[in-house]
Amino acid sequence: MSVLVYTESDNGSFKKIAFEVASYAKAVANQLGTTVTAVTVNTTDAASLGKYGVDKVLQVSNDSLNNFNAKSYANVIAEAAKQENAQVIIVSSSADSKYLSPLLAVNLDAGFASNVVEVPVSTAPFTVKRTAFTNKAFNLTSFSSDIKVIGLSNNAFGLVESEGAATAEAFAPALPESNVTITSVDKATDKVSIADAEVVVSGGRGLKGPENWGMVEELAEVLGAATACSKPVSDLGWRPHSEHVGQTGKPVASNLYIAIGISGAIQHLAGINASKVKVVINTDPEAPFFKAADYGVVGDAFEVVPQLIEKLKEFKAQNA
Amino acid sequence: MKILVCISHVPDTTSKINFAEGDTKFDTTGVQYVINPNDEFGLTRAMWFKEKQGASVTVVNVGGPETEPTLRKALAIGADSAIRVNAAAEDGFAVAQELAKVAQDGAYDLVIAGRESIDYNGGMVPGMIAGLTGANFINNCIGLDIDGTSVTAIREIDGGKETSTTSLPLVIGGQKGIVEESDLRIPNMRGIMMARKKPLTLVEPAANAAKTASTKFEKPAAKGAVKLVDAGNIDELVNLLHNEAKVI
Ligand SMILES: Cc1cc2nc3c(=O)[nH]c(=O)nc-3n(C[C@H](O)[C@H](O)[C@H](O)COP(=O)(O)OP(=O)(O)OC[C@H]3O[C@@H](n4cnc5c(N)ncnc54)[C@H](O)[C@@H]3O)c2cc1C
Ligand SMILES: Nc1ncnc2c1ncn2[C@@H]1O[C@H](COP(=O)(O)O)[C@@H](O)[C@H]1O
Repeated sequence: MSVLVYTESDNGSFKKIAFEVASYAKAVANQLGTTVTAVTVNTTDAASLGKYGVDKVLQVSNDSLNNFNAKSYANVIAEAAKQENAQVIIVSSSADSKYLSPLLAVNLDAGFASNVVEVPVSTAPFTVKRTAFTNKAFNLTSFSSDIKVIGLSNNAFGLVESEGAATAEAFAPALPESNVTITSVDKATDKVSIADAEVVVSGGRGLKGPENWGMVEELAEVLGAATACSKPVSDLGWRPHSEHVGQTGKPVASNLYIAIGISGAIQHLAGINASKVKVVINTDPEAPFFKAADYGVVGDAFEVVPQLIEKLKEFKAQNA
Repeated sequence: MKILVCISHVPDTTSKINFAEGDTKFDTTGVQYVINPNDEFGLTRAMWFKEKQGASVTVVNVGGPETEPTLRKALAIGADSAIRVNAAAEDGFAVAQELAKVAQDGAYDLVIAGRESIDYNGGMVPGMIAGLTGANFINNCIGLDIDGTSVTAIREIDGGKETSTTSLPLVIGGQKGIVEESDLRIPNMRGIMMARKKPLTLVEPAANAAKTASTKFEKPAAKGAVKLVDAGNIDELVNLLHNEAKVI
């Protein structure tokens, strides 16, 4: 009856969101008076999950799972759920988890709620709070199914350490045949991705052209941030599509979002509103972004951003 | 090739979001509805297959009669026929069950849905259709080429992209990138006239398979006013981000 959590990894090490979903699973398990079991694929450091409340780790080791495959991974989690008789299964909101969760729900004949932002508001009926209308509202969703799959919004719960240790067990479920074969992966390994980033630095049409992105990248580097952009910037080909954030682009839920030369159109704000602290740099004091931001600088990005880079470097040097 | 494009009927992106009946229902007053943007990209790619490789394109929606103008718009853009499953879209599982049935009954080779709808943002319907029909599945699809029954697809992943090969029957969760913004089509007069004559078939739903129910909506708490920092005093911004916001 324990709560099952899928803890994702990258090249054998857990991602930060793995610890976040584990922390969340622990909170849900406390509500239900039960324990937490994690299922992991090709990882070695299972013990590190104990610190975030996991009691038992089911470790799958299988070279055919080195590349992510939604169907196989959904099957691994479903088999773990069956073995543990889990009624509540928790996954993150990474691209991979969002890919596998609907398959998992079908496999277990379970209800699925994505973009959940808090521990369940009640356990009978089992009711969760999720974002809807691209962060313009929240929605309370109640389950009528026995098994429930919950997709936790990234950065919504944070990391919570617990006392305790996790025991590890090998787990080797049968794998279904997969008809999707990955032929190449093109991933910038030296860059922080928007989904994982705690800080996102984003540029809009106010930056005038792609040649001016050097300072955006430098600012991102100083902050260890991911870079992003508004929709017209990617439509114009100044930046890759993968950087487009907003209602029709990627959602951002970082701790800090810095918007440079972005007006703050409703479709842009909808996608980034889940960020905790928003800073806007814009020449126009009437830009709608100032109504949505926590901190603002009315000024020319070409003057403000280089200064900000300098000041942050000084700050880092002092606080190193 | 027979293509089925799932069309979600959603409030225009500029809509003000309000609720009625004690915050249990979305308030539709004054709201304009559109084809879900991710579905519009998918529909445009379907039109490309029709024109370049030969395919029939059917659009489908699970919803009440109020969604028919949205289906007509898809017909005006160029789809050949439309199906409306006459049921309120209550939860992703129930919707997927209806769409899976339509996909199987019509023996479609390719089902194009959107990565997510911009209203419910469930991101669950395409994957569930694949799970229920046993078709292959590519989510976050930003590139799709089909040769016979062989498929090459590009998927957006966190921090990059991934190319894979698979085969029909296939379900995709599409998004911008599968076609470019500039490829989108605005229906012209001729398209609108022709759309009136194209078949829109009404299908009654199978048993309701909903596993979740929306019980209430809430609006986010109102935000405090922005703190302005002088452009000549960026030290202060760094200080606030460190000491007050505690994000650096
Ligand atoms: C269906 C639909 C979906 C959409 N989805 C999205 C989405 O997902 N994401 C998204 O971003 N947009 C989306 N949009 C577009 C959105 O409506 C806006 O057009 C877009 O966000 C504007 O981008 P921008 O702020 O970069 O450009 P602009 O609106 O042109 O704003 C540029 C800003 O830069 C400022 N500026 C100019 N020069 C400087 C300078 N030197 N220094 C500092 N500031 C300067 C200006 O004052 C202005 O505020 C969508 C639109 C539609 C219709
Ligand atoms: N009621 C519906 N009718 C037809 N297609 C739908 C419906 N709801 C969702 N879809 C499809 O599923 C995609 C993802 O929706 P969702 O799972 O609600 O985020 C949408 O982009 C549509 O392609």
